[in-house]
Amino acid sequence: MTKVTMNVNGRSRSGEVEGRTLLVQFLRETLSMTGTHVGCDTSQCGACVVHVDGQAVKSCTMLALEADGAEVTTIEGMTNADGSLGVIQQAFQDYHGLQCGFCTPGMVMSAKALLAENPKPSEEEIREYLEGNICRCTGYHNIVKAIMAASGQQVEPVAAE
Amino acid sequence: MSLDQPEPIFLGGTVGKSVAKPDNLEKVQGRAEYIADLYRPGMLHGAILASPHAHARIRGYDLSEAMQAPGVVAIITGDDVGEGRMGAFIKDEHAIAKGKVLYVGEPVAAVAARTEEEARHACRLIKVDYEELPAVLSPEDGLAEDAPILHEQLADYIKVFDAGAEGNLCSRTELSEGDVDAAWAECDVIVEDEYTTQPQAHVSMEPCGALAEVDPNGRVTLWSANQSVFRVQANVCESLGLPMSKLRSMTPRVGAGFGNKMEPHIQPITVALAMKAKRPVKLILTREEDFEMVRARHPFRVRMKTGAKSDGTLVARECEVLVDCGAFADDSPGVMGYSLLMCGGPYRIPHMKASGKLVYTNKLRFGAFRGFGNPQVLFAGEQQIDQIGEKLGLDPFAIRRKNMLREGDQWFVGPRIGSNGLGRCLDAVERASKGSRADGSPRNFGLSVTAHISGLLGTGAIVKMLEDGTISLNTGATDIGQGSDTVLAQICAEELKLPFDTVAVASPDTDGSPYNWGTTASRVTYTTGRAVKAAAKKVVDQAMNHAAEMLECDVDDLELREGGRIGQRGSNSDVTFAQISGRAHWAVGGPLVGSETLVFDEPTHDPKRAIALGLPFPRIGVFSFAALGVDVDVDDTSGQVTVHEAWSAADVGRAINPRLVEVQLHGGFVQGLGYALYEEMVWDGARLANPSLMDYKVPTARDVPDAIHTYIIEDPDPTGPFGAKGAGEIGLNAAPGAIANAVAKATGARHVHLPLTGERVLAGMLDPGGPQD
Repeated sequence: MTKVTMNVNGRSRSGEVEGRTLLVQFLRETLSMTGTHVGCDTSQCGACVVHVDGQAVKSCTMLALEADGAEVTTIEGMTNADGSLGVIQQAFQDYHGLQCGFCTPGMVMSAKALLAENPKPSEEEIREYLEGNICRCTGYHNIVKAIMAASGQQVEPVAAE
Repeated sequence: MSLDQPEPIFLGGTVGKSVAKPDNLEKVQGRAEYIADLYRPGMLHGAILASPHAHARIRGYDLSEAMQAPGVVAIITGDDVGEGRMGAFIKDEHAIAKGKVLYVGEPVAAVAARTEEEARHACRLIKVDYEELPAVLSPEDGLAEDAPILHEQLADYIKVFDAGAEGNLCSRTELSEGDVDAAWAECDVIVEDEYTTQPQAHVSMEPCGALAEVDPNGRVTLWSANQSVFRVQANVCESLGLPMSKLRSMTPRVGAGFGNKMEPHIQPITVALAMKAKRPVKLILTREEDFEMVRARHPFRVRMKTGAKSDGTLVARECEVLVDCGAFADDSPGVMGYSLLMCGGPYRIPHMKASGKLVYTNKLRFGAFRGFGNPQVLFAGEQQIDQIGEKLGLDPFAIRRKNMLREGDQWFVGPRIGSNGLGRCLDAVERASKGSRADGSPRNFGLSVTAHISGLLGTGAIVKMLEDGTISLNTGATDIGQGSDTVLAQICAEELKLPFDTVAVASPDTDGSPYNWGTTASRVTYTTGRAVKAAAKKVVDQAMNHAAEMLECDVDDLELREGGRIGQRGSNSDVTFAQISGRAHWAVGGPLVGSETLVFDEPTHDPKRAIALGLPFPRIGVFSFAALGVDVDVDDTSGQVTVHEAWSAADVGRAINPRLVEVQLHGGFVQGLGYALYEEMVWDGARLANPSLMDYKVPTARDVPDAIHTYIIEDPDPTGPFGAKGAGEIGLNAAPGAIANAVAKATGARHVHLPLTGERVLAGMLDPGGPQD
């Protein structure tokens, strides 16, 4: 067992890990931060996306040891300091960009990374960026709309309130 | 929703409003708890050893080395689970393989250990002595005279549904109306072909899992990813020989189901482990295990023949299916029977004959999957409708309008149809899709229509008015993400004329919830909604009686007012729900509780018009209708098909929550698009060759069009809550037929095999009339 320390959502967190412990296992099991999900074992589904030093990473493809000393941001770190929803979370809520919600943490984290790189992405750019995040419920329609809206772009309203 | 479409009807309260799902708030923050997120004090982790053989006798186990492995607390095998068997139609399945294994991937042993790694490590140390047996890998092989038999005791099994089970034949169904054999002579045009469809994996993003613990009295508490806490309870208790009162089944948030989590997965194994270990055990499948162990959509072989008169009037259809059941019956007899019930499509066809055989094979069980047999037969049937139209010079809309069922008609074999907005669905799709693309190029347009039932089996609701006049609603229906908690709360709030957020929805719990068969068969809004509305009405009636005493007037002079007040008509005086409920709790009559249970009880079969043998659902439901248009592009060098635009219109009776209906149409269409174009579970001999998301392709955001237009048609059903009918499956059903029709338009070639891969479509383009494989 080796001790690792990383800054997770602005707080220094440490734990003992084995060499094979994945970052996602460290987050979920050692730190009990279960917002990051595991939907596959081959790095396809994207439910486990977090940010490591500002880069979107599938936390099932990285060892906890590799993140020693890193700045890690997870879905739990996406709300504002006052507890209100972040812009992307609010857009997923407003545009109904989710159903079962299992893919949502990864979707929100990928969207955050996309908008950091490309603040006004086109619909096509959003779809291309989300290729590594699978959703089986929504057909992606409202997820794309939510990200467009989160980037401050005009979006057709969804069904009447 | 386009602007030329009437807005869904809004009643003034919460029904018809796109209320946001309250659970979304925790989900966007990563705070929702799914099964893998639950922990209990002293909890162990489970892992499963899977069978490497398709068919083998188990001679014995050597657990000695595994028991000595670090962290191991308990191991179970078939020796630990008794003789009990479970199954919705035929009770043919033990909790874990016992005596024989019947497919590669079948659970043979399971370990509970301190950590998941230790449990998996110990599994690899278990030695099982197998005697390999010849395997049955196709339904055709299963029916051969000298075929190895999977279930040697089939005759002795308890059969809830007994339809000719013998040898490897699990069930057979025969339905007929009119005189098909004589009717062909009346036809001017006949089309006939044989079609095959592939197995599809559900791929709910959350893999299956369960957590069980046993109290000192031996009573089990079980949480699991499920579509019905009551089916979980029944399956675990039947397979482990427990009285149902000894097991409490509950649910955390569920990461979708699509049919995969309706019947058992690893709940019985988890409970058996917890009982043996005498500690809580959590078992979560990997994605690979979820592919190999649970269930999938049935592959079908369909022979279909359709005949019409020269004016396009349909005269006769014959449909014969051969269905791969997999190793256990599961929901398969229901799927096959339902596919035959639906094989005529929503048309008036006076002469119909449908028959099918369901055959056990040494593969994982095939079972319920959104659509439930309907997409397979529609792929054949909806192409044949187009082919007849082509021969007679009728466009796809015209031939469908000419033959579609009208309100007051009966469905094949006899069920009442109820409301029918199919004509309006066709109008919406035609109006929106007509003409060319925005750039002026012509469309490669394909159309399919469909119908689907909602109804089926027992359900209940308990509505409690709390002391302060707010409401607790308990139905036992699992919300798997589609939003049934929201929709049922809307129905309840509407009936009580209360704001939506005054109704709290209890999480399903077999101890406290009324029975609910499950979140399946597009039934919760319609069937459970009826119970909710009736239970809420009983609370209103009780409150009215209190109000009459409190206001010293006749009940008939009272009216229910918005916001939880009851007052005298023509007067400002009223009393609040809080005042009424306080009186009921502390002074007069007792707390206000309304409950209702019901079962859909209208007959499927009308013996005056049809013969039905082996009909699995004698009381089935009311019908929703839909039309789907697609415009596709076909790459002329690779044959790859992409959907450019889609128009999906569904008659759902009344959209209780229009946005949630739209998302069903979006998500259903995309799941159907994957099924139509590339999703396929492939077996290499007896072993599934692609049990991972690396090798099994599901649609990503890039693979689906920006433009999926949805149109909600509201033709209220007189029996539905505020007129509502089901919406869960109908968006998927029509996708393969519509896409195949569009591909035929684009390439000139008809396809009889799903999925419509680039290779197949290219072969069709090169030789449109040539053989297909």
